[in-house]
Order: sequence, then structure tokens, then C-alpha cells
Amino acid sequence: MLRTHAPPSQDLFDVAIIGAGVVGCAVARRFALAGARVVLIEKGSDILSGASKANSAILHTGFDAPPGSLELDLIKAGRAEYLDIRAGLNLPLVTTGALVCAWNEMEAGKLEAIAAQGRANGITALKLMTGAQARTTMPGLSERLVAAIEVEDEHVIDPWTAPLAYLTQAVALGARFLRQAELVEGRFAGEWTLSTSTGDVRALSVVNAAGLFGDVVDRRLGFAPEFEIRPRKGQFVVLDKAAFAHVPRIVLPVPTEITKGVVVCPTAFGNVLVGPTAEEQDDRVRATVETETLEALLERGAQIVPALRAMPVTAVYAGLRPASESKAYRIFTRPEQRAITLGGIRSTGLSAALGLAQHALSLHRAFDAPPLVPVEPPPVALPNLAETRERDWQTPDHGEIVCHCEMVTRREIEAALASDVPPGDFGGLKRRTRAGMGRCQGFYCNARLAQMTKGRLATALAVGDGEGS
Amino acid sequence: MSATADVIIVGGGPAGVAAAMELRRRGAGKVVLLEREPELGGATRHCSHSPFGMREFGRVYFGAAYGRRLAREAADAGVDIRTGHSVARFHGGGRLEVASAHGVETLTARRVMIATGARERPRSDRLISGDRPIGIVTTGTLQSYVAFHGLMPFRRPVIVGSELVSLSAILTCLTHGARPLALLESEPHMLAPAPFAWFPRMAGVPVHLGTRILDIRGTGRVEAIRFRRQDGVEETIPCDGVLLTGRFTPEAALFRQSEIGVDSASAGPAIDQDGRTLDPLCFASGNLLRAVETGGWAYREGRAVARALALDLAHEPVPSAPTAVTFEAPVKLVVPSLLRRQGSGEPAFRDFQLRFTHRVHGRLSLEIDGREVWAQTRTFFPERRVLVPIPEGASAAGSVRFRFREPG
Ligand SMILES: Cc1cc2nc3c(=O)[nH]c(=O)nc-3n(C[C@H](O)[C@H](O)[C@H](O)COP(=O)(O)OP(=O)(O)OC[C@H]3O[C@@H](n4cnc5c(N)ncnc54)[C@H](O)[C@@H]3O)c2cc1C
Ligand SMILES: Cc1cc2nc3c(=O)[nH]c(=O)nc-3n(C[C@H](O)[C@H](O)[C@H](O)COP(=O)(O)OP(=O)(O)OC[C@H]3O[C@@H](n4cnc5c(N)ncnc54)[C@H](O)[C@@H]3O)c2cc1C
Repeated sequence: MLRTHAPPSQDLFDVAIIGAGVVGCAVARRFALAGARVVLIEKGSDILSGASKANSAILHTGFDAPPGSLELDLIKAGRAEYLDIRAGLNLPLVTTGALVCAWNEMEAGKLEAIAAQGRANGITALKLMTGAQARTTMPGLSERLVAAIEVEDEHVIDPWTAPLAYLTQAVALGARFLRQAELVEGRFAGEWTLSTSTGDVRALSVVNAAGLFGDVVDRRLGFAPEFEIRPRKGQFVVLDKAAFAHVPRIVLPVPTEITKGVVVCPTAFGNVLVGPTAEEQDDRVRATVETETLEALLERGAQIVPALRAMPVTAVYAGLRPASESKAYRIFTRPEQRAITLGGIRSTGLSAALGLAQHALSLHRAFDAPPLVPVEPPPVALPNLAETRERDWQTPDHGEIVCHCEMVTRREIEAALASDVPPGDFGGLKRRTRAGMGRCQGFYCNARLAQMTKGRLATALAVGDGEGS
Repeated sequence: MSATADVIIVGGGPAGVAAAMELRRRGAGKVVLLEREPELGGATRHCSHSPFGMREFGRVYFGAAYGRRLAREAADAGVDIRTGHSVARFHGGGRLEVASAHGVETLTARRVMIATGARERPRSDRLISGDRPIGIVTTGTLQSYVAFHGLMPFRRPVIVGSELVSLSAILTCLTHGARPLALLESEPHMLAPAPFAWFPRMAGVPVHLGTRILDIRGTGRVEAIRFRRQDGVEETIPCDGVLLTGRFTPEAALFRQSEIGVDSASAGPAIDQDGRTLDPLCFASGNLLRAVETGGWAYREGRAVARALALDLAHEPVPSAPTAVTFEAPVKLVVPSLLRRQGSGEPAFRDFQLRFTHRVHGRLSLEIDGREVWAQTRTFFPERRVLVPIPEGASAAGSVRFRFREPG
């Protein structure tokens, strides 16, 4: 009963996008707005089945991005567009600001250079502070703080509703979303024939946004591999909502060569997260959590904000960054075959997605393809899940509250199930509604959710007659 | 500002309902009972097999029927019952923000009692390694599947934990077509007391004591659990679910998010001998105080705290400064953990309730103002209640302290 759309074999699309991560969703929207007939091909049972389901949810300024890099330009462009469109799409912005914290003299010695790079990157709202000054803006920080840089414009967003909004807008313009459709092979002969696990799709151009499988998909499209994905895992702990009061700002460490380091960060949903780690691995799918690492993160979090020591853990998770052998984004265009690869979008893709989409469209202009005629953006407003704004439970006639920890209403769950891009698995339902995401992790509501989602998810919560589709 | 009620009770489990009825019986005036679920009964609603009500009603009830009996009794007693009402915030000082299908309202009362119960810790809070597939649930969740929806979350689970509730979990599995493949316990002994501790083996469920879970595997649904046995050997059991039992924790979010906070030992609100919290207008009772007790215990505790609360209503609120009861490891928690000189005169708690973190043998003693007034030498077990009488005059003491010494 899961709604998968049979591929329309006779249709010829202007653009086929491989991968419904945050980048693919943003690209689908951008091309749909440009007037293209778009198809988005995803092998998972829902959007955000890869890297994009687990990140720190920071909308970066680019203050610490490599100077002069394409990544920096695209972060800035993506961020600017997000700020521009977010109100219309009803997407939140938690204006936290960030503190880059130096915990010893050696780290403090690096702050000047970080600030200088930030200014060179065009981010002017940067301020060097003593530890004491920084603590007046966030009293929960440990007294051991030596010095900090305040980056006023680093903010937090809802990392799941944003890409869903991008795709929902594209779908409103007629874009097709094919799920459980793995690209197996692509052949170019004047136009693309893309063989997927659920049938063939024809398109004039193709955009590879396959994230952790970007190199694999390039090969399947018949290109000699220009890069190699080397997954880098990041584990997180999410702390109870009571922690939120102690962490009003994003607390960043002084970065090292390989990672931005462990962040203590409020979420749009009123929690606090501590993470991520940076662990190289070969596996592109499994993102396991490990007891010792989680314990170390909890310890690190409590060193940074001592009040976190007593906080119960709400959730633990891990994500995989689609890193490659280079720090740079791996973007390739092949005008002859009308193909674009947006690969290696390692650790800033949430911020840069809309910028990457603009960039892909501009690369596409050089292709030998019929000109596109832009259309008016259709009005699309997503349900708000951020604690910083009014939630559904605060308004009348929501039916009842189903998930008590996250205050998720029956109306919200039913609306998600009936939406234009409905959840395909339980993770997708959680990301769309927050049901089951709270401190009890389903002790009170999981059975009810099993009943409400019977026959609608790829892996059913209940076994037996509720199973499968 | 005129108050909504004389007393508002949050939580319609055994503790909250017993308290509401007792307050009405003692002429407390307007008593409002807020429960976020559609029915009263609390955690007893989904325990379909276990008997409740012997002491309260002189007969045995199963699961939901017990909840219905509670609802009837409470309605007859004139309690204003509001189900489908979820308290979103507790502001202290008798003010609550309440959400229902109608929207949000602020309710006020001269006194508030919170009895929101306890729940089992989820996988996340236990920091267990591995994937995060579908099919990892707690006993409470399993029993809700069965009792409310006629569903099952798995067919061949591995059970983690050996507290009493794990036996309830095994029983639920066996009576609903699921076959537990093993029971894993991290302690070197069963946590449930004999003769209950023999039950898993009698039911044909292999028991592994002193184990450490290495990880849970599965990309969609659970596929296996891997653990290290006491003898150091690693073992993998293919299974389609993991049932995490016990490790209860108070459902104390309302306190954590208020000025009152929680007691770091019990993870519930600190209370005095009357069940009064650090906020003199707020009382608490039932499993919220400490995880975990039986339904009957919660019921009696609710009633006892209500008696003290009824006396408290007759005069000005007591001042807030209490004396804290101190203790150290291996004592895990003490309830009540506060004593107030100006109590109700008829305390709700006649005993200190203690728990230990692990099995130990030694001498537990209680000192009041530096003088030993009680002592006992024996073996103490984790997750089992230890009662120590609260001595006459303890509430006037300057220091109240538990000590523990291992022999030798
Ligand atoms: C721990 C961590 C923290 C991060 N923090 C931040 C942050 O704070 N701010 C920020 O801006 N960014 C952050 N990021 C980075 C951001 O999450 C990534 O850059 C982004 O998610 C990459 O998106 P993507 O669309 O390129 O890849 P993906 O999300 O991996 O999307 C690719 C999609 O393609 C699908 N796919 C793969 N192969 C095929 C195939 N053959 N056929 C069909 N479909 C296929 C996959 O299933 C997947 O859904 C973080 C990342 C991690 C891991
Ligand atoms: C799986 C399981 C098996 C058990 N088996 C047995 C058994 O076999 N025998 C036995 O004697 N005992 C058993 N118990 C224990 C027994 O159910 C509890 O001791 C008893 O229910 C505790 O009563 P209580 O009133 O303190 O809390 P609960 O029964 O937990 O009631 C708390 C109530 O508060 C409500 N609530 C919570 N937060 C809010 C809020 N913010 N707003 C409004 N309402 C709220 C909840 O919905 C709930 O109804 C079991 C418990 C569990 C979880």
C-alpha cells in the first residue's frame, strides 16, 4: 500500500536527479521553478535516506570555509536563499549565534587567525571575546573558558522540514518523486535512459546528487570516476529538553585539520545535541553508535556546559558525511552528455543545498537543451515543528495529543500521512512530525503509532498482518 | 486571582486517583484530576495479566478493568475528572499550563499534586551500541501493543533485564505468540527475588547472567543481538526484536523543566515526610518519587500524601527551608529526602524508603544529629525496597544521615 509511483516510461523529463538528500531535493525545486519537467529518483523508501538524515542542523555562514572556494560561495548563496524563502515555506530560524571556544592558551592563540579568515570570507559580525565576556552571553559555559569568537549569524534550522519543503514545492509544480527506485545504469544516446530497480526513466539531462554513493552513481552513468567517497561517521547524543535553557548558543570548538570538532548545540525542537565525532569507515550505509563514544561525548558536553552532566539522554544517532579524498566539493559538469555531478558535499550540505541547486541550474544553461521558462513559485507552507514557534497542540481542534513528550497531535500525524510527499518509513514519519522522538522514545506512543501507520510504511512497526506493503 | 480548584492532581494512575478520592473524602472542596490519556488507570491499563486491587477494593482486577473501577470510584467521590488533558508546563506556585483538544489553558489551584508515574528507560538512555532498527521496545510498549491494539512488535525477541517486570514481559510474549529466545542480565544474579527469579528458566527461556551487550544489528528490523557472556565468550543471537525491561525512571519532565528540579539520586522530585516538594504548594506521590513500586503501593502512597495535603490546606503554606537527608554509595536513593520541622503533624511517610545500586553485604545505619539511632547488618539487593522507620523527632534535627560500612 506504500505509495510508490510507477515510472512513466513514455514521458521524457528535462532533468532526472539521482538522490533525494537535501541536495537532490533542493535541485528538484530549483529546476521545477525554472520550468523544467523534473523527476527525482531515490533508492530509499523516503527522502533523506542517506547523509541528510543526521546532521547538526546548523545553517553556516561560511566563516570557517576555505577562502576563495566554491564551497564558500555556495554556502553563502544557499544561506541567503534560505533566509529569503523560509518565511514563505514556514521554515524556522533559531537565531542562536555561535561561540568558537578556546579552552586553553594554545587554542586561544588560533582565534585571531580564525577571525581574520572569517572576515576575509566576508563575515563581518565576528567578535573576539575574553572567556568572561563570552560567558555573559551564555552563563552555562564552564569557567575554564579562556577566550572565544562570537559569530552572530550562525543559526540553527529544522534539518528535515527544509528539504521536505523544497521537494514539496517541486511536487506542487508537477515534479515526480520515485522512491525505492535505485539507479542501476544510465545510457546516454542523445537523451538519457536511466534503468532503475522499478523501471526505466528517460530524461534529457541528469544530476547526480547521490551523496554517499556519488562516485558509484557516476560509474553507473558510465563516467570514469573522478573522486572516491570516504564516509566519515559522526555520532551524537541528544539531551532532554531541560538542557535547552543552559544552551542558548551554538558552542563550537577551535577546529582541527580533519574536523569541525564536537559541538554543543541547541536544536529547533528544544533539545541540546552534543557531537559529532569524525570516524572514517568503509561502510556507506550503517551508521552505528558505540557506548564508549557516546559516554565520551556526554563527558565532553559536561566539560563544556557543566549543567549538562545531570541531563538524561533523549536520543542517540549517527550520520555519515559523504567525504572524499579531497576537502573540496566534487562538482563536475559534462556538457556533451548533459550531466552534472554534485559530489562530496561533506559537512556543509544543509547550508549550501540551495546554493548548489542554483549552481547546477547555471551549469545546465550551458547544455544543448531546450530553454526553460521560469514559473511562479507555488505557495507551499510546511507544518512547524520548532519549539520556538507555535505548535499544532497549542491551537484548538487538533484531535488529541498522541506523542506526549514531543506534543505531537493526531491531526499532525494524519496530515503527514496524507501529504503530497508522505513518509515511506518510520524514520520519515518521525522526521515529519517528531512523534516518538522524545524522552520516552515511544514508551507511551509507539503502539499507537504502529496502529495508525498500519500498512503504510516500508518496515511496519508491528509484525504479522501489518507487515510490509 | 481566583483559583480553578482547591487541588489539582496531575496523573490518573493509582496514586493520582487514590489521592483525588481521599481529598474529596476529607472535604478538600474542588478537586480536579488531569490525565493525558483517554482513560484513567495509568500503567495498570496495559498489564493485562497481573492482578490489581486486592487491597484497595477487596477483589482482583485485570489491567483496564482496574482503571475503569478507579474511574467509577473517583466520579462517585465527586472528583472533576478531565482525561485527554496533558500538563505541558508546571510553573510552581499552583499554576499549570494544560493542553487539551480545545487548546491551551492555564489552571491554578491552592495546592497541586503531581503523580505522573514512571517509565522504562529507552535504548538511547542506556547508550547501547549498534544500529537503530525497528523492533527495540520496552515492556510498557509491548503491553500497549497487545492490550490496546492487538498487535505485536516482534515474534522472536531477546529480553534484556531481570527485574520483576521482565517476567511480566515473558508472560506477555508467551501468551501472544512470541517466543523469547533468551534473557540477558548484566548483574551476576537475577534482580527479581526468588521464587519469581526461577520463572524464565521454567518457561524455557535461557538466562545469561553477568552479560554485556556488545551491539544490536539490523538495517530495517532487528536482525541480531551480540553480547559477551560472563565467561568472556562472545555470542550472537539472531532475533527480530529486543525487549528492554525495567531500569525505570520517574516521568519527572514537569519538574525538570520547572524551578523545582529533580533529586539527582531518585530522578524524581525531592519530597519531605508529607510528600511536599521544595515548592510548599506542590506535593508528589506514586512512582514519580522513585522507580519503581507496585500499583498497590502507589495507590496507598497517593492516599497517604493526600491525607497530609488535606491537613495542609487548613493553614498557611509552610515555609520552604527543609533539612536534606544525606547518604552515600552504595545507597542509590532515599525517599523522603527532605524533612521539614513544620510538617502536617501526621506525616504521609512513616519510613524512609532506600534502594541500593548493587548487591552488597554490610551495615546500614541512620544517624540523627551525629547519633546513631538505627542500624542493620545484612545483604542488600538492587531494585529492592529497604524500609527504615523515620524516628520520632527526626524532622526537628539539624542533620539526618545514612551510613554504610562493609564488614572488615
Ligand atoms: C555528522 C554530520 C553533521 C553535519 N552537520 C551539518 C551542519 O550542521 N550543517 C550543514 O550545513 N551540513 C551538515 N552536515 C552535512 C550535510 O548533512 C551533508 O552535506 C548533506 O546531507 C549531504 O547531502 P546529499 O544530498 O549530498 O547526500 P545524501 O543525503 O546522502 O543524499 C543522497 C541520496 O541519494 C540516494 N542514492 C544513493 N545512491 C542511489 C542510487 N543508486 N539510486 C537512487 N538513489 C540513490 C541515497 O539514498 C540518498 O537519499 C553534517 C553531516 C554529518 C554527517
Ligand atoms: C510494564 C509494566 C508492568 C507492570 N506490572 C505490574 C504488576 O504486574 N503488578 C503491579 O502491582 N504493578 C505493576 N506495574 C507497576 C504499576 O503499574 C505502577 O506501580 C502504578 O501504575 C504506578 O502508579 P502511579 O499512579 O504512580 O503512576 P502511573 O500508573 O504511571 O500513572 C501516571 C499517569 O500520569 C499520567 N501523566 C503523566 N504525565 C502527565 C502530564 N504531563 N499530564 C497529564 N497526565 C500525565 C500518565 O498518562 C499516567 O496515566 C507495572 C508497570 C509497568 C510499566
